[in-house]
Amino acid sequence: MAPATAAPRAPAKENGKAEATIEPVLVVSGLRAYFQTSSFGVEREVRAVDDISFHVGANEIYGLAGESSSGKTTLIKTVAGAIRPPLRVLSGSVVFDFRGRRVSVYDSDPQVMDEIRWKHLSYIMQGSMNVLNPVRRVRHSFVDFAFRHIGRKMPEFMDIVRTHLQRLHLTPAVLDAYPHQLSGGMRQRVTIALATVCRPEFIIADEPTTALDVIVQNGVLAMLRDVQREIRSSIIFVTHDMAVHANLCDRLGIMYAGRLVEEGRTADVFKAPKHPYTAHLIASLPRIGYVAARKGLEGTPPNLADPPSGCRFHPRCPLAADICRRQAPPMTWSSPGHRVACFAAATGSAQ
Amino acid sequence: MSRVLRDLFRYNREFAIGIVLLAFVLLISAASFVSPYPPNDSFVVPPDLPPSWPYILGTTSRGQDVFWLLTFAIRNTLLFGFTVALLSRILSLVIGLVAGYAGGLVDRVLMSINDTFIVIPLFPILVLFYFVMRDRMSWALLALAMSCLGWAYDARLIRSVAMSLRTREFTETSIFSGMSMRQILVEEHLPYVLPIVFSTTMNNINWSIGLEVTLSVLGFTDINTPTIGVLIYWANQHTALVAGVWWWILFPVMLVIITFVGLFLLAVSMNEYIDPRSRLSRVGG
Amino acid sequence: MRGYSVYLLSRLGQFALVVFIGINISFIVTHATPIDPVEQSIAAATQYGSTSPEAIAMMRQSLRELYGLEGSPWEQYLSFWRRVAVGDFGPSLSAFPTPVSVLIWRAIPWTVGLLLVSTVITWILGNLLGGFAGYYRRSSLLRFAGILAMAFHPIPYYIVAFLLLIVFGYLWPVLPISGGYMMNMERAFNLTFIFSLLKHSALPISSLVLVGLGGWFMGMRSLVSNVVNEDYVTYAELGGVKRRRILASYVMRNSLVPQVTGLAMSLGAIFNGAIITEQVFGYPGVGTLLISSVHAGDYSLVLGITTVSILAVSTTVLLIDLLYPLLDPRVRTV
Ligand SMILES: Nc1ncnc2c1ncn2[C@@H]1O[C@H](COP(=O)(O)OP(=O)(O)OP(=O)(O)O)[C@@H](O)[C@H]1O
Ligand code: SF4
Ligand SMILES: [Mg+2]
Repeated sequence: MAPATAAPRAPAKENGKAEATIEPVLVVSGLRAYFQTSSFGVEREVRAVDDISFHVGANEIYGLAGESSSGKTTLIKTVAGAIRPPLRVLSGSVVFDFRGRRVSVYDSDPQVMDEIRWKHLSYIMQGSMNVLNPVRRVRHSFVDFAFRHIGRKMPEFMDIVRTHLQRLHLTPAVLDAYPHQLSGGMRQRVTIALATVCRPEFIIADEPTTALDVIVQNGVLAMLRDVQREIRSSIIFVTHDMAVHANLCDRLGIMYAGRLVEEGRTADVFKAPKHPYTAHLIASLPRIGYVAARKGLEGTPPNLADPPSGCRFHPRCPLAADICRRQAPPMTWSSPGHRVACFAAATGSAQ
Repeated sequence: MSRVLRDLFRYNREFAIGIVLLAFVLLISAASFVSPYPPNDSFVVPPDLPPSWPYILGTTSRGQDVFWLLTFAIRNTLLFGFTVALLSRILSLVIGLVAGYAGGLVDRVLMSINDTFIVIPLFPILVLFYFVMRDRMSWALLALAMSCLGWAYDARLIRSVAMSLRTREFTETSIFSGMSMRQILVEEHLPYVLPIVFSTTMNNINWSIGLEVTLSVLGFTDINTPTIGVLIYWANQHTALVAGVWWWILFPVMLVIITFVGLFLLAVSMNEYIDPRSRLSRVGG
Repeated sequence: MRGYSVYLLSRLGQFALVVFIGINISFIVTHATPIDPVEQSIAAATQYGSTSPEAIAMMRQSLRELYGLEGSPWEQYLSFWRRVAVGDFGPSLSAFPTPVSVLIWRAIPWTVGLLLVSTVITWILGNLLGGFAGYYRRSSLLRFAGILAMAFHPIPYYIVAFLLLIVFGYLWPVLPISGGYMMNMERAFNLTFIFSLLKHSALPISSLVLVGLGGWFMGMRSLVSNVVNEDYVTYAELGGVKRRRILASYVMRNSLVPQVTGLAMSLGAIFNGAIITEQVFGYPGVGTLLISSVHAGDYSLVLGITTVSILAVSTTVLLIDLLYPLLDPRVRTV
């Protein structure tokens, strides 16, 4: 789609969240990815991504939330085509639409994917502290990742990189530093600069702010939002910090134990969570002037190598009924743009 | 422990092969106890016979039966390896555990000394040792000297495990409950480093046997105690290869190679088993 | 820069410690013997052929000094160090009156050449193959190479050299099995001489390489299979960085860092191997000299070689340590 049509949408985002766009940039359907290991006769299968479908529209920030080990990282790695044993994709498809160019991640040649990467699709990894090659200067990372996409001569390319860094309020001197010479926040900013220097249509960001203190965190978030606004890309943003989601994302998906359990416009999800797990996540958010006992979720997080039968949340769910133990709830539309996988949700909100 | 061994045997090809090879070698050395000839008697059988019944591995130019001589030689060689390994284990355990536990200056000093022993070329020193000892050189003395020189590499490995233990919770608990350093090291830390001690033992035996064979072949040991190296030494003295008595050389060399490969495979498979990453995928689930 | 000077100082300290402990061990070993080493050495050195009484007296004097038998224990210790410091180990007993230092100097180029060539080949080849084997885990060719390297690795230098000697000396005599170059050949800088040099070094180098390869191979393979799981490698793959670039500048480059430390750590063992290999093939280096000096009862030569070995190995380790920061920027700054 032409970028111009999206232009007026930017101010619309200021007040509330933008409408979901009609043509999605990313369509994920029926995705299933397991870690399969075998060692000294012990076979293990961790179902980290189990039958997940969703889409992300152009110029949209899609948030992904869920407790630790719920499979967020595995899901977006699978979306990005970053599969390495013991992880295996068993079924499903991931299709991007980069301004008319359709790329199906699991049906394309590796060359096609390599060509796409960084030019159209970039990734900010979880634990970005260690994503830069420790024995080479930062400039080499920019050259390795971006040079071939930008298609200029080297001095010109370095100028572009420098301008880009300055736009993100980073001093070009970082290019001559080794990663260990930069602070954690600095490294994080450099990684974001690296992920955006080619102005990709799609950015996948895995907890880019989790390890940072609040001030630095806000800076990094502002920077990410600025970049997104400027180059008008779509973002999948992963964090288990619900407050960040509330401020940043247009739509929100909630994962529990390898499954997507609820999805909707951020405002809707926060206002009227349908799934008991979502309700819990939101209820445990600290609020100003609202001193409620933050009750923790009872029970232990599920073991994905041997997940509970039926609804995976049932051992910890206050609303669990008989059917929940026997059958897995399907994802159903509870209202336009709002889906949930819960038997109880059919009868009302989970609050 | 027995479950671990069974798992290893069943699922790790290296371990299985290593065990079989070592069992074979041990069997041969056990045969020395039923040998019809004492090891140091010569001209008890006709000399220079090629392998044939009843001298299945032939006879030497000194009138000894190669097979029975070999049983004594491999027994002494193994015993030598075990002795050095045992003695040097004590040194490397003490130094590794203390350095890892104490950290700081103690660690730095101990590891500097440690690295020194890793770097120094030991062979010329052992040769010098033989040179001043000459006829007084004995099997036991050599074992002692090699234990004093050969502990360093393993002490470093043990230290790295001990260092990771220091930060664990149970160490803190033990400190607060008033255990002494000796108690903590022996009762709490020792069990955790035993697996790595086990695998380094195999490598250390290999190392000491290798040096022993080399020194003996050159005649730089007590050449009257039959070991694999001493056997080859006498064969060389009688120019066995030129004289065509190849079986006098070939069989000892083969047997000692089997020993090396067996011990090495055990060490490798043990390391793989200890490796935390492969262990992680085994437990849980 | 401060980081580098701290590093430099600690390496120099380690070097001093190695030399100090090494020389002390030599001193202790030579003083641990209960027999009179001087008379024993003289007896051993003069048992064949006649030596003039003056020569014997001179030997005795220099030996007594060298053994440090003159004066109090403390004086003995100091004079031992003095000898070491100036590199004066007196005249050789077996090649009387040639000074020990001359004999050692004559042998050193051979050993250095042998060690340098074989270690460089072994290290580079072992790391390359091991690196490929760790990166392309499914290649059956590389797996086979791994099994071969593992088979030779645990066998000591002596046995491998000996096996090569048997194969190429008796079964298939195509390579010279003894000496540094063809006997009676004039040592001139021409093609025939160089060819002869190469031919004679083929077996010693091969046996050193065969034994050494496995260690580097296995070390590098396991380093690489860890490094490929590091975030920066995963990230480069996600970034569509070219495979060859990832393998070279990310995987190999980072895995090599510990292998350089490993090289410094194993130099002593490699040196041991070279001594033994030289002896098997009668290569005219320090190793052969050492063994023959033991047989000849040449005390000053044995002591001289031991001391020089300790100094040479620890100096080389220091050199590697000083070059290390070029590979790992993390010690350069901090
Ligand atoms: N290499 C691996 N081998 C086996 N299991 C794995 C591997 N990596 C992750 N897992 C398992 O997959 C599941 C999902 O992990 P994942 O990293 O996707 O969770 P996450 O939601 O990103 O958690 P976090 O918030 O901690 O980042 C976990 O149960 C984890 O133990
Ligand atoms: S399906 Fe049942 S168990 Fe699962 S969340 Fe809904 S009510 Fe709870
Ligand atoms: Mg994650």
